Amino acid sequence: MNAPAAIEVRGLARAFGEVRAVDGVDFAIREGELYGLVGADGAGKTTTVRLLAGLLDPDGGEARVLGLDPRDPRVREQVGLMPQQYSLYGDLSVGENLHFFGRLFCIPRAEYRRRVDRLLAITRLGPFLDRRASALSGGMYKKLALAAALLHEPRVLLLDEPTNGVDPVSRRELWELLYEFVGEGMAVLVCTPYMDEAERCHRVGMMNAGRILDEGAPAELVARFPHETFTVEGGAGELDAAARARLHPVLEAAPEVVAASPAGPTLRVVVRRGAAGALAGRLAPLGARLAPTRPEFEDLYLARMAAGGAA
Amino acid sequence: MTPAIRVEHLTRRFGAFTAVRDVSFHVEKGEIFGYLGANGAGKSTTIRMLCGLLAPSEGDAVVAGHRVSREPEAIKWRIGYMSQKFSLYRDLGARENLEFYGGAYGLGGRRLRRRIAEVVELTDLAEVRDVPTGELPGGIRQRVALANAILHEPEIVFLDEPTAGVDPVSRRAFWRLIRHMAEAGTTVFVTTHYMDEAEYCARIGLMVAGRLAALDTPAALKRRHAPGTTWHVEAPAILRHLAALRRLPGVVEATAFGRGAHVRVAEGAPTGEAELRAALAAAGVPPTLVEPVAPTLEDVFLAVASADEQAAGTAAAWEDPA
Repeated sequence: MNAPAAIEVRGLARAFGEVRAVDGVDFAIREGELYGLVGADGAGKTTTVRLLAGLLDPDGGEARVLGLDPRDPRVREQVGLMPQQYSLYGDLSVGENLHFFGRLFCIPRAEYRRRVDRLLAITRLGPFLDRRASALSGGMYKKLALAAALLHEPRVLLLDEPTNGVDPVSRRELWELLYEFVGEGMAVLVCTPYMDEAERCHRVGMMNAGRILDEGAPAELVARFPHETFTVEGGAGELDAAARARLHPVLEAAPEVVAASPAGPTLRVVVRRGAAGALAGRLAPLGARLAPTRPEFEDLYLARMAAGGAA
Repeated sequence: MTPAIRVEHLTRRFGAFTAVRDVSFHVEKGEIFGYLGANGAGKSTTIRMLCGLLAPSEGDAVVAGHRVSREPEAIKWRIGYMSQKFSLYRDLGARENLEFYGGAYGLGGRRLRRRIAEVVELTDLAEVRDVPTGELPGGIRQRVALANAILHEPEIVFLDEPTAGVDPVSRRAFWRLIRHMAEAGTTVFVTTHYMDEAEYCARIGLMVAGRLAALDTPAALKRRHAPGTTWHVEAPAILRHLAALRRLPGVVEATAFGRGAHVRVAEGAPTGEAELRAALAAAGVPPTLVEPVAPTLEDVFLAVASADEQAAGTAAAWEDPA
């Protein structure tokens, strides 16, 4: 049984002068689904969000949010948006910001109370109602921005890099918060440059130069990964800094290697399938060996981008 | 050898709020020193004091041979600083920005031209040096900001969250640069929220609510603060079942990690693979994967932050009032 699509995008395109920011994108997001758009700065993620929020006009293809054009005022009431940049009034307190958004969306008083209490409990912002938004730490500001975007209980939530500059503890809390709302049927589109966050989405679209290169459930994409992943170890397991510095260029120059990068006390290397033997032969005289490891989503991304990021 | 940075009982208060409380440590020359902590833990306040931009309330620090309390101006010439909200002239290209900043640092003529050529090459900006920085992607803009910070050949560079919002490919390129600088003898003091990056640091200081809660090499921090066994667990909708895992005997932590969760179990506790599998099966989500993994610095961060938070009885963490 398929839940109806909350967001549907077909051939969506938008250029700015010569730059084709979004260049023919297709995807659909169901109710109760958390969909991640991952990619570098300039990949087209923010433009996609702005098109879906009805803030920009497409110049090709179409977008449907809850079956309607995103610029339709009836849709606006059903969509929550958390932009990348500041979206709150810095000189208003936490409480005043929430009150402002409550009034903006004409939420009846009793209902407003109920929702604010719940959001304050989840975000743990309750003790800080009187703090000016501009004096909040980065993580708390992001949580307040999310609370403001959720206040009118939208059916569709658009989040543009919600955790930039947010510490690991607050990032976890933000994600646990998202799961609660998705569990209640909200459709969420989240843009992120962070691969560990991509792995927490139900499905992801890997975006580069205005196009979606790959799409699927993270586990599925990892399972389809055509290469193999290894860590490079020395005699005693871990490599010291000198060994890492010596081996890294060797790995990068090796034709078997798709991508190589430092990973804590070892090096992590993505190797063309079937070529590990040849690479091991290259490393043995240098006192290093390959230990197989599970590919992670970041390996996929690095391999994709190393290959030129072409669709 | 005299350390590059020596911090002694450094404290900074803003009204009734103590942003940095009695912090002491030192950083060796040529070391990559990571300074971690939650938003508002006091990292930026520390950096601003060490750069001579903010006077300490108590304590002192010696940076590149000068005391921050007495000679903040002398320090500014010998360090480079890339702030969280680094400022570039967006309508100017990288080269013009460098010319401007070089002038501000008193560089000129042949020396300025030589340094611009050097930093443009080091930071790989040759192809985009004349594109207005406002039109560059964030990852490249960050390299321009770094080029500005190191133009006057500082002994120490302070990088405050230099990679926030940057994708993995650009982050790796940026860290390669940081390593090159350290190998060439520059001391690097860097803050980050990304624990995979913290692994590249020789030593790490972990700030919690204004205090230095831990300080050591990444390997030693993991041994000390994430003891026991860490399990990587994957199951459908695992985030909704963390509470069930936390109820198992000896479970110290159960938190989201990638597409699964990390569960840390205390030494000698009767919770192992079979018990984890049984608990999730009982919750209706038999796990697809349960395996022991080496703890990461993220596990350390969570362990130290939550222990200290409980000790202090508060979750409050504010940024310094501007």
